[in-house]
Amino acid sequence: MKNEKTDYKNIPGWGMDIDPGNEPTYPMKNYTGDDHKRSVYERSNQQHADVEILKSNERPALSAVLGNTVPPSGISGMIRRYAFKHSEDRYRHWIPLILADRVNVVEGIIEDLSRGIIPNIFAESGIRAAIRHNPKGLLKKVIITSVVAGVILYALKKKK
Amino acid sequence: MLAMNYRGPYRVRTEQRPMPEILHPEDAIVRVTRTCICGSDLHLYHGMVPDTRVGSTFGHEFIGIIEEVGPLVTNVKIGDQVLVPFNIACGKCNFCKQGLYGNCHESNSMATAVGGIFGYSHTAGGYNGGQAEYVRVPYANFGPTVIPADMDPDDAVLLTDVVPTGYQAAEMGGIKEGDTVVVFGAGPIGIMAARCAWFFGAARVIIIDHIEYRLEFAKNYAKCEAYNFKSMADPVVFLKKTTDWYGADVCIDCVGCEAEGNALQTFTGKVTLMQAGAATALQWAINSVKKGGIVSVVGVYGPPFNYVPIGNILNKGITLRANQASVKRLLPKLIDHVQTGRLNPKGLITHRVPLEEISDAYHIFSSKLDECIKTVLIPSAKH
Ligand SMILES: NC(=O)c1ccc[n+]([C@@H]2O[C@H](COP(=O)([O-])OP(=O)(O)OC[C@H]3O[C@@H](n4cnc5c(N)ncnc54)[C@H](O)[C@@H]3O)[C@@H](O)[C@H]2O)c1
Ligand SMILES: [Zn+2]
Ligand SMILES: [Zn+2]
Repeated sequence: MKNEKTDYKNIPGWGMDIDPGNEPTYPMKNYTGDDHKRSVYERSNQQHADVEILKSNERPALSAVLGNTVPPSGISGMIRRYAFKHSEDRYRHWIPLILADRVNVVEGIIEDLSRGIIPNIFAESGIRAAIRHNPKGLLKKVIITSVVAGVILYALKKKK
Repeated sequence: MLAMNYRGPYRVRTEQRPMPEILHPEDAIVRVTRTCICGSDLHLYHGMVPDTRVGSTFGHEFIGIIEEVGPLVTNVKIGDQVLVPFNIACGKCNFCKQGLYGNCHESNSMATAVGGIFGYSHTAGGYNGGQAEYVRVPYANFGPTVIPADMDPDDAVLLTDVVPTGYQAAEMGGIKEGDTVVVFGAGPIGIMAARCAWFFGAARVIIIDHIEYRLEFAKNYAKCEAYNFKSMADPVVFLKKTTDWYGADVCIDCVGCEAEGNALQTFTGKVTLMQAGAATALQWAINSVKKGGIVSVVGVYGPPFNYVPIGNILNKGITLRANQASVKRLLPKLIDHVQTGRLNPKGLITHRVPLEEISDAYHIFSSKLDECIKTVLIPSAKH
């Protein structure tokens, strides 16, 4: 790629926001000292928690507003409840959450099937776009997957 | 209503779901008219953010029309066309009072290290996002901002994240007149950061990526120099050399945890998940900035940690600044830059896709196909 020298002073807006007072800059820009008041401030009404909310144990109470989507459920929910017994500092918080996410994928497929939906995994992963814009990459993936699967099958057969 | 539904890594679809409801007196319901897919969504899509629950709706970049308001909402009214900052912020806690709207203390119960974000996993509060026909917007007295009548909706939707994030990335760099600024990542955020570096008086702006079409785009859009790290033996040595063996004054990480380019980072971060993704760009930023220089980070890294050369931050006396963009804080200035024509956010949009085609849209953006820079999803207008 060829790079030419830019006459940068002609770029629209060049230098407009130069401000020697920008130091210290964001995030310390608008420091008010209110930090020393800790959690004393005007607070909105508390939203009623109508589903199970897993709360970080690094805070004493729920935030005033809450996201109430996809409450914990099933085996992944049990793992998530365990995770939230531990602080955000601990592996015991994050590793179980990642595990729960993977378990949740299987639960999602079971949930789909129980609603009479057979998940179209190819369509969901955007195979149409892959065919249209990256047929070579797709073909490569298919070949690699089949070769690997073939080798494994062959090895298993030979063992028998 | 039609909404995006996450089914697991690399699997998303749309389906009919219940309408959102007012759950708090300061809530509003917004009918979405435009919403984008962001590089941040890719971390969710790739299954890298803990507590991303199957059945969630993503989407933190959206604009729309106020359809319903809670009893305490006074700042916007039904029918207003609004852009909604991606951060959910109360505007009243001691963090919000200091402009730290990405760090609100009253919007996320599930983690203390990040404020609430629309459609961004339960780690960011468990809210549904805007990749849907309708979305619940908490703190409607604070976040939603009426779109100026003469503003193109395509510009407005990019003011919900991309423009403020790119601008703040440059701002946190503390750029001084005459500085050389290096931006890692030529995605929408990096391109916008490079463009905004000029506002602060940079004399040289360099962008680094490995995708040729993005470098070409960045060079034209941001009027900067663009280099492919795949064509360099060692990007850090390249950057030292091109700055007279001194180091850049400011380095900006606009890549985050899905970086490529360093086998050890990739193996530990993306293959074996021994760290929260690959911190290659951040490592390069720290190692190619000058002594006493500033590294500004807007690329997203997940919990619990990453391998970064902290010893070099110490020994070089580097200042490291980072945060989620504080969107609402920057809107007045950025709306002005857009209205006067100094910034052209919609110039980043390469793809316009009906919401129904979300699976393909994610695949294209994730795999960087079809010369994609930024994708806008449009929910059908039949309502
Ligand atoms: N802090 C915030 O408020 C905020 C807001 C929005 C996005 N983000 C984050 O910013 C980052 C970029 O977002 P985007 O939408 O531009 O994403 P994107 O995926 O479109 O762009 C990332 C770019 O980085 C390039 N890249 C990969 N490895 C690299 C390396 N080692 N050096 C240089 N470039 C490399 C990729 O090729 C890609 O072009 C993401 O991590 C996103 O989560 C942060
Ligand atoms: Zn975004
Ligand atoms: Zn707040």
